[in-house]
Amino acid sequence: MAEEKMVSIYIMGKQYKVPYGLTIMKAMEYAGYRFIRGCGCRGGFCGACGTVYRKPGDFRLKVGLACQTMVEDGMHLTQIPFYPANKATYNLEELTPTLGTLLTLYPEMTRCLGCNSCTRICPQELSVMDYMAAAQRGDIEKVAHMSFECIMCGLCASRCPAEIVQYNVALLCRRLYGRHIAPRAQHLAKRVEEIKAGKFDEEIEKLMKMSKEELQKLYNARDIEP
Amino acid sequence: MYTPEMLEAIKIVEQTRERRLKETFPRLTPEEKENLLRSFHPDYNPNASRPVKVGPNKGDRLPHEHVDLLESRSMLDPDTFSLENIDYDVDVLIIGGGGAGTAAALVAQEAGASVLMVTKLRHGDANTMMAEGGIQAADKENDSPALHYLDVMGGGGFYNIPELVAALVKDAPLCIQWLESLGCMFSKYPDGTMQTVHGGGTCRKRMHFAHDCTGAEIMRTLRDEARNRGIPVIEFSPAVELIMDEYGQCAGAVLYNLETEQFLVVRAKTVILATGGCGRLHIAGFPTTNHYGATADGIVMAYRAGAKLIYLDATQFHPTGVAFPEQIVGQLVTEKVRGLGAQLVNAEGEQFVYPLETRDAVSSAIIRECVERKKGITTPSGMQGVWLDSPMIDIIHGKGTIERELPAMVRQFKRFGIDITKQPMLVYPTLHYQNGGILINDRAETQVPNLYAAGEVSGGVHGRNRLMGNSLLDIIVFGRRAGKNAAEKAKTVKLGRLTLDHVKRYHEELKKEGLGQKVAPILLPDYRGKVR
Repeated sequence: MAEEKMVSIYIMGKQYKVPYGLTIMKAMEYAGYRFIRGCGCRGGFCGACGTVYRKPGDFRLKVGLACQTMVEDGMHLTQIPFYPANKATYNLEELTPTLGTLLTLYPEMTRCLGCNSCTRICPQELSVMDYMAAAQRGDIEKVAHMSFECIMCGLCASRCPAEIVQYNVALLCRRLYGRHIAPRAQHLAKRVEEIKAGKFDEEIEKLMKMSKEELQKLYNARDIEP
Repeated sequence: MYTPEMLEAIKIVEQTRERRLKETFPRLTPEEKENLLRSFHPDYNPNASRPVKVGPNKGDRLPHEHVDLLESRSMLDPDTFSLENIDYDVDVLIIGGGGAGTAAALVAQEAGASVLMVTKLRHGDANTMMAEGGIQAADKENDSPALHYLDVMGGGGFYNIPELVAALVKDAPLCIQWLESLGCMFSKYPDGTMQTVHGGGTCRKRMHFAHDCTGAEIMRTLRDEARNRGIPVIEFSPAVELIMDEYGQCAGAVLYNLETEQFLVVRAKTVILATGGCGRLHIAGFPTTNHYGATADGIVMAYRAGAKLIYLDATQFHPTGVAFPEQIVGQLVTEKVRGLGAQLVNAEGEQFVYPLETRDAVSSAIIRECVERKKGITTPSGMQGVWLDSPMIDIIHGKGTIERELPAMVRQFKRFGIDITKQPMLVYPTLHYQNGGILINDRAETQVPNLYAAGEVSGGVHGRNRLMGNSLLDIIVFGRRAGKNAAEKAKTVKLGRLTLDHVKRYHEELKKEGLGQKVAPILLPDYRGKVR
């Protein structure tokens, strides 16, 4: 069966024979690694395991998440578990959702060369360069939506010749959008006031004192919203 | 890519599909469900647990994997380890860098405390990041915290601690508003109304979400806020033991820098444990949906310090974890797949359970099908599974539904040469959540003075079974409560001499029972040299 076939991979230049069909992460563990860095959720959500690799006979560098990418024979790889990227600090409350804010916090944004390296490298297949173009126009809402599935692995920044930290610009835009552009939920504000006024206290205290049988009866009689 | 043997097996599923489309498998009666759980749910398997021989819960039956840790000795030798040199001296120490820990740190700092967060991996590496579904809060006109209360109690089998449930449901809207004010991008209608849906066991549509990565959105928002506020975080430095003082108060922790292999001493007036769950212990041999760091460290440390545990024997298995392909075994196949009409089917192409029974019942039915009835499908690595007949969804709701509703799922399987719009998925239950943990009260206090706990590490709020959407809520509600109360308490705490005497006493207890050969917390699972 396929799983029994062995392949050679080169972890930071060192050769290991591992079973075909494993992810890079599992192959490294098979080879004897016990991760401290470079391993997180193991499910493609957290961006801890960004990996750069090259296949034999190809000069191009490819990237992927170690937990989601399968090993191939002759693959040379190294992980990039950390990248020393710039992050602006700010008080979200005091910011306005404008191009000016973005440029003040991340002036390097304008250095974009339009090379598209960020988009090509993104393991989430986001159109990174396009959302950066939206950021340069001050279209914060568009950046927020286009970047929503970013896992902040940092690979875009690692390849950017203009040294822009795309994922931190995107994070700022999402927070600006969530805080200052998207309308507040009125029903939520109303309910918070009701709770603070103690509107539900009596009812809940009553429930807290009920026996299991009484609660069970109420529970079974709930009407379920269709 | 499916093997030729599996492709043959799929033909049987295809042959019965048309007939099954018209079939509804009967729901379990309460008696049938009870029997099914008792016979096949891993919680009830007497061979999977044993009584713990030491500590505050001595005599209680817990899963072997937990008992193994509780019956292990400390990484430190309490006779020789020196607490003389204090590396960090703070008001509030927060152990754990997930959602609960970060919420606690933000609130504690706001309350005027000097705080320090320490975490085993990176800040934000936690199960919070992986929560897909949503977060519950009763904030719509037709809903109320009282209805939420009933749902939580019913879901937990009425074992829940009432004051914790009251705190959960009453704080829920406040927490959502807090997150909203921090810029968390909840999915909303154009007028700002929150989009909400049902979760398993809810009587109202109160599941708030941010597309299908709610946990990640909450985590990256909280983490960014913590960074903006300059909250100090020490990464890759898990706590390995709590420190007490001569008056029996929790007074800090010993950290272990995983990279330099040095120990660090933190003195703190109050300590918050937010170390998360235990999936990586692989309870009863199950694969898990959990994060790499979910190894129950906090449980071990708190137990040695005298904290009582509750419902730690109740483990949540999600019925549909991936059983094939090998690369993603144990990862979550969302409940939505069954919600859209996909049936669970055995090797003979037949249904064996109503697909939308509660999680514990569906998991038990799948285990019964594979273990007792031998009607599972065996994978090349020897694992068992049953089919989740996803192509039915497009037949029922029209072509394109799967791609539209389950894009992440489609992408995930496509990577490995499986087209779930045309081929069924092979699934088996996967370890998802620790229902119980360290007993807390509604102030997030444990039974150890000045030690607080919040999130998955704590126990009582969910009874014996948590509902979907209440774990993200739990971490915010009790993270904030822990942060506020720990900061408040720190103002009046007078610390005495620091000691590890509790560890010494624990070691003596272990020795009397002939235990303590292994060391815990284990900090990281060990997968070296393994294929699975």
